[in-house]
Amino acid sequence: MARNALTGTRIRARRNMRGLRQSELARTVGVSPSYLNLIEHNRRKVGPDLLDALAQALGVSPDTLAEDGDARLVEGARAAALRSGADLADLERIEEFTGRFPGWAKVLAQTQGRVERLERVVDQLNDRMTHDPYLGEALHEIISAVTSVQSTATILNDAQEIEPDWQLRFHQNILQDSARLAEGAVALVNYLDAAKDDEMGLAAPQEEVESWLAERGFHLKELETGSSPSEVRVTDQIALSSEASRTLARRWVARFGADVSALPLEPFVSAIDMYGMAPDVLAETFQVPFDQILRRLAFLPPEIYEQRSVPAPGLVICDSSGTLVFRRPLQGFTFPRFGGGCPLWPLYQALQTPDMPLRVPLVTAGRLGRRFIAFAYCARQGQMSFDAPRLLQATMLVIPDDATQHTDKPMLSVGASCRTCAQLDCPARREPSILMGAV
Amino acid sequence: MEKRILVIEDEPNISEALRFILSRNGWQVDVSADGHAAIETMRKDPPDLLILDVMLPGLSGFDVLRSVREVECTRDLPVLMLTAKGQGADRAEAERLGVTRFMTKPFANAEVIAAVQDLAGT
Repeated sequence: MARNALTGTRIRARRNMRGLRQSELARTVGVSPSYLNLIEHNRRKVGPDLLDALAQALGVSPDTLAEDGDARLVEGARAAALRSGADLADLERIEEFTGRFPGWAKVLAQTQGRVERLERVVDQLNDRMTHDPYLGEALHEIISAVTSVQSTATILNDAQEIEPDWQLRFHQNILQDSARLAEGAVALVNYLDAAKDDEMGLAAPQEEVESWLAERGFHLKELETGSSPSEVRVTDQIALSSEASRTLARRWVARFGADVSALPLEPFVSAIDMYGMAPDVLAETFQVPFDQILRRLAFLPPEIYEQRSVPAPGLVICDSSGTLVFRRPLQGFTFPRFGGGCPLWPLYQALQTPDMPLRVPLVTAGRLGRRFIAFAYCARQGQMSFDAPRLLQATMLVIPDDATQHTDKPMLSVGASCRTCAQLDCPARREPSILMGAV
Repeated sequence: MEKRILVIEDEPNISEALRFILSRNGWQVDVSADGHAAIETMRKDPPDLLILDVMLPGLSGFDVLRSVREVECTRDLPVLMLTAKGQGADRAEAERLGVTRFMTKPFANAEVIAAVQDLAGT
């Protein structure tokens, strides 16, 4: 029925164009006028022989009267309606909708096809998102556009009357979101194509260590209860699959052990409650280096932040080359998995000015524009000796901005990495953003 | 009296569609794209139900939800949270903060209407 439903409408339209009466055409093709009437109102199927005869009488090819494309349109619109939960009454009228608004039905069917393709991409990306969090915002844009298209298409497909103003507005919204979807899809496909040759597994030792720490909530409670770093188990840990990752893990455990010894939990938390997230005051109070305070803040027991209803901070550390050697993610502020971070990060400013603590209000580039405070500090590495290379390590702690953290300093707009940053006119840009059209 | 619903959603086309379908179902709908402003509005004049997006500019949906639950006048407000990230972490965080219902995008209009009617007891 679906394939032939629109054929009836086409036959009627062609007959009217030629100025033929229904009875004349019926007589020419050898059917009764009442039967042709049923056909023209899409209530009877048209067999191939009759279709040929009608086409010949109307001076067109049979394909003109019955194109597979119509069936695809109806099926596309039907699929969109089904996934949006349209009720049976609406589905009964889908052919009428397609017949009356073929252009919009085409938009709907194409959008449905695009949604299906994007959903397959989203499925494939699901696992990857876990390890590549800055893709999250790009996917959020796409899913938002899909949501808008689906919701709006459902309204337009609804049997209830819609005022012309609203109808026009919804049509415009669908077109706008369809374009946004297309741009977002192209950007993602480009990104995925470009990333095919990259290492995608959790093979790098640094990532294994970060993954292992993430499983533990970035907190080694053994260290808080008096165990020495050597007592923290790094063998037989599933996340630490190589000797390289276990060696690296031991190094970080030793470092966190030293931080815990220098800053015991109870007095440190009491000081936070007294002074707030003020690393400068805490460093002065405990007479320890500024970067040690930053690390300690990032490795407190998760419940310390939960009890105070604030998210745990993010932490990123780089070496003299600017390579990120440690990342603790923070919701809304992403650290890239591959390559360097945003050149504007205070982390890199600190690298240029060792021993000088920085406090910089940040806003993330793009539509969401989340606000954060970054504390950064660069310390010299290794023991002092003549003719030794000068090694530095910069540390940046990032916390969400709240009412207590406002300063008079202007906000610095930063991204995660150039590849996924929406700040198009940035003087520090290393390469074009693959999301230029999508964000 | 018409029940009031506040939609905090920064995607204008989604909030427009929500406004349309909810209004057609008898709700008085207010829309806000800004968490701070919406919190202020709710404290002065709490709605009967809140639809809240997770990803918002400035304050996140989680921040707004936390604030809603902190204040007496909105402590028991039914909150339907929408997110494009239906991952376990988001859901767990929303539940920890006291969300009433959680729904992932893309959603069907009928699902939203059903959830709203269920939460509002209508």
